[in-house]
Amino acid sequence: MDYFAQQLINGLVLGSIYGLIAIGYTMVYGIVGMINFAHGDIFMIGGFIALITFLILISFGLTAVPLILLIVLLVSMAITALYGWTVERIAYRPLRHSFRLAPMLSAIGMSFVLTNYSQVAQGARVKPIPPLITGGHTLHESADGFVIQLSNIQIVVVITTVVLLAIFTWLVSRTRLGRDMRACEQDQTMAALLGVDVDRTISMTFVIGAALAAVAGLMYLLYYGLVDFFMGFVAGIKAFTAAVLGGIGSLPGAMLGGLAIGLIETFWSAYFSVEYKDVAAFSILIVVLIFLPTGLLGRPEVEKV
Amino acid sequence: MTALSTETSLAKRAAGIPFILKKASLSALVALVLFSLMIGIRTEAGPDGQLTYWTRFGELASLVGLVFGGSIVIELLRQWIGPTGAENLVPAPVQRGLSFLGRYLAPVLLIFTILLPVIFYDQRYILDLAILVLTYVMLGWGLNVVVGLAGLLDLGYVAFYAVGAYSYALLATNFGWSFWICLPLAGILAAFWGVLLGFPVLRLRGDYLAIVTLAFGEIIRLVIINWQSLTGGPNGVSGIPRPTLFGIPLDNSDDGLAAKLGIEYSPTHRIVFLFYLILALALLTNWVTIRLRRLPIGRAWEALREDEVACRALGINTTTTKLTAFATGAMFGGFAGAFFATRQGFISPESFTFQESALVLAIVVLGGMGSQLGVALAALAMIGGFELFRGLEHYRMLVFGMAMVLIMIWRPRGLIGHRAPTVYLRKAQAISSDLVKEGHG
Repeated sequence: MDYFAQQLINGLVLGSIYGLIAIGYTMVYGIVGMINFAHGDIFMIGGFIALITFLILISFGLTAVPLILLIVLLVSMAITALYGWTVERIAYRPLRHSFRLAPMLSAIGMSFVLTNYSQVAQGARVKPIPPLITGGHTLHESADGFVIQLSNIQIVVVITTVVLLAIFTWLVSRTRLGRDMRACEQDQTMAALLGVDVDRTISMTFVIGAALAAVAGLMYLLYYGLVDFFMGFVAGIKAFTAAVLGGIGSLPGAMLGGLAIGLIETFWSAYFSVEYKDVAAFSILIVVLIFLPTGLLGRPEVEKV
Repeated sequence: MTALSTETSLAKRAAGIPFILKKASLSALVALVLFSLMIGIRTEAGPDGQLTYWTRFGELASLVGLVFGGSIVIELLRQWIGPTGAENLVPAPVQRGLSFLGRYLAPVLLIFTILLPVIFYDQRYILDLAILVLTYVMLGWGLNVVVGLAGLLDLGYVAFYAVGAYSYALLATNFGWSFWICLPLAGILAAFWGVLLGFPVLRLRGDYLAIVTLAFGEIIRLVIINWQSLTGGPNGVSGIPRPTLFGIPLDNSDDGLAAKLGIEYSPTHRIVFLFYLILALALLTNWVTIRLRRLPIGRAWEALREDEVACRALGINTTTTKLTAFATGAMFGGFAGAFFATRQGFISPESFTFQESALVLAIVVLGGMGSQLGVALAALAMIGGFELFRGLEHYRMLVFGMAMVLIMIWRPRGLIGHRAPTVYLRKAQAISSDLVKEGHG
């Protein structure tokens, strides 16, 4: 039971990270109708920028951990958001009215570009950082000595996720930008006729998605203490799985799917085998798409002739 | 209205140089922010695990300058060329040129390919490269059945390549079966896996299908890595037997081919044999595809690509149509895999990553999705281009990715962007691929 509770905590933390990435997928799919293949690599870039900012701040002699975290968060969100904007501008916008395969292939190309760009720029070796947030709380200690730990870093990850989700939900449901986004999602032509700047709205969608991916990258860096240039691929597919599981196009669904994938992966590793945890995640993707193609919270797609 | 538009275009031209400079400066500014940390700072883990960093402002400055200059050039080119209109019907001279090329280029290429080992007999490098190109031509033609004809977007094609390669490697090393028995078996096994993948994805369309096939490809790779007792895991399978000419080995032994023919043994014999083997396999793929396109099943594939709902309304069994497309494509992938295994003598999961799938798909798309000659030319261009960057190991994939993006922007329909109709009423009028649907299946 204690082991189960510990895995539950770990799974929820991992799921928060996946959920943050999944939101980027689901938003872009909702508006543009394409899988932003490069999103996983945007997440990786976010992790790298966070790492570099850390290094600079620490070498400047900054020691206040909350301040460092805040600066790193803002810097990596800003620069990664610009990456998201640039990717959309270069690789997707010229193809907006091209045939359906074109943006997908362009996105795959962009994903290769970003992966290899960071490999060339920062080297192929794994980059570790010393743990920044240490310590934790013992929630419960059982008779046989098994301890349920809730580390401070896990608390930080969950709280950051919740706060960002709150801001994000407010953005989508209460602001003008959010209204434009929802309008573009339903009917781009009609939205344009009613004075919505569609290009700008789509750009903003990519920017917000990339900023959230940057947060996920920072959380990943804090939680695992390392980044490498290849981490975007698998994390990206898993986050996409999460988005599909939650129902693509649905924002709460993405978060829910993220948590589900995080939990499934953690429990699979804990009770079955660590080697096959990715196989489990990918199999879930296939099974969900076969039996529940609209996901948990998605709307069914109506086929028009 | 016209006056207004002329006025604005005049105003635009008058504001040409400041406009271009402003745009270039903006791009340079964006580039500066993008590259500031990733290029300007280099991190590396030191010997004791401590991260260190150093600055590279020189590289940063030159990159930003490059972006500035590049965006000026692009903007000038854009103004010079001007907007281009879309053409749906291929104009007559172009079409005549294309049909001329189509009629003569393919036979010339084929004859050249057949004579290649004779011409370059002494140049091992060219022969090896030609074998590699032909392998990808074959993979491209195989995937073309699935993507180009049936319109099913498959991002996990490498899975069938892997199944074929491992089938041959394991059957040959464990049971000592010959290449010629294993080759059909590898094809059948790969086709079986194609059907296995096909069944669950029958209801999926477009992007979903793409992502599921990608997941399938990754699952196969992960299982190969982790099922160590069968596949050797990350270490791969080594000591895969070389192919024989129907039982006669091509080596330096007494009963080898050279000894039997009474000529002096040379290792090039095996290379030449491999070359003709893959050429035969590739031509088989091509021939089968061309024949299949004329059979009802091939027409059903193309109809499925154009409109699945109409297909169903006309009584075409979409289930079997999709499954046969998957199985046929997978079978050729399996053949290519078996050939790959026997050529390399060693296979490991590293050869079957997603990058391979993307490369083959890029070849098919660049080749114009459905054009057999286009796929062959695209494979030559891609693999040849890859070879050019062989020295720059890390930059290779970077350039490949950029090329993929640029090709999609420049010619999303591929190099040979036209389609010759399979069925026509009076006259075979080629159309631009813009009119061809890419399928939702």
